[in-house]
Amino acid sequence: MAWAFNRMALQGFGGVLAVAQRELVERERWLTKTQFLEVLSLGQVLPGPNIVNMALIIGDRFFGWRGAAAALLGLLAMPLLIVLLLATLYREFVDLPAVAGALRGMGAVAAGLVIGTAVKLLGGLRDNPLGKLPAAAVALLTLLAIGFWRWPMVAVVLGLGGASVALAWWRLGR
Amino acid sequence: MNALWFGAHGLDSGVLLALFLHFGMLSLLAIGGAITTAPDMQRYVVGQHGWLTDAQFTSSVAIAQAAPGPNLLFVAVVGWNIAGLAGVVATLAGSLLPSTTLALAASRYGDRRRDSRAMKAFSAGMAPLTLGLLLATGWVLTSPVRDSWGALLLVPFTVLMLVKTKLSPVWLVAVGAVVGALGWAG
Repeated sequence: MAWAFNRMALQGFGGVLAVAQRELVERERWLTKTQFLEVLSLGQVLPGPNIVNMALIIGDRFFGWRGAAAALLGLLAMPLLIVLLLATLYREFVDLPAVAGALRGMGAVAAGLVIGTAVKLLGGLRDNPLGKLPAAAVALLTLLAIGFWRWPMVAVVLGLGGASVALAWWRLGR
Repeated sequence: MNALWFGAHGLDSGVLLALFLHFGMLSLLAIGGAITTAPDMQRYVVGQHGWLTDAQFTSSVAIAQAAPGPNLLFVAVVGWNIAGLAGVVATLAGSLLPSTTLALAASRYGDRRRDSRAMKAFSAGMAPLTLGLLLATGWVLTSPVRDSWGALLLVPFTVLMLVKTKLSPVWLVAVGAVVGALGWAG
């Protein structure tokens, strides 16, 4: 279990989810496609990193808490070592203009990757039970409150998120 | 040696505990993944405490995205840059313990309620919030490069490539590294 997740993690540049589907469903056959989707949607509703939640749930289903621990360890241990090594190397060489420049370029791409992920998900709002306009308003308000006004996240998630969930609850009941 | 264990600032255990607790709280708010909590982490470690600069924070995220493995590991790099190995333990354990406990409990217990009205309302209501959080994260990550046209052009380029092609993100990170190393993002 730990090795399988370790193998997945080391293949997963820029996120592990796509690799996870191939390994878990097609190679190891621990899950069917449907089961994979179920675990994924459960992992997405819960807070925390999706892939970590998935690893825990799958490990736990097969081998109890020891399976969950093994999956988590496999997923994180090697990548953690690699990333800390990179961070240390970066600190050694940050004074070289080419290295500092490369990190600036990578930082800009990192920002673009996150924004691009949001753009890909934008279409999903069309079918949201909230309705198109309220959903867009919630997204915009969240962007302003967190990105520009720099409000604490706990206030925004509990306040705006709470209101949004309440509205969705009401709309779903009609 | 002390720099390895506790980092450049020599933070004491009370501060490390505060770091752990703040990341732990964010872990429970991380609907849509750990990256959506990045703006609040930046607000806390850069704005409020000055442990890292804007550029150090964004490069922590960039390093984690360039390396293999879950993107969540950027919290470990942030911890490493603040307070060495002790910082890694504080931020990573803080980011994992609350959400993993909840995930295990929910998976064992609440699986069958997935189709209930409450669960549907929760995921529908939180979906636009997640989207807004992702956009805010992208915006916050651009803060150290907003003075450079070359770097700012990389942002829409990346968005376009990610949305329109099936190119693996690692190649886009590589393009960013090359453009930056040539001095065009300075």
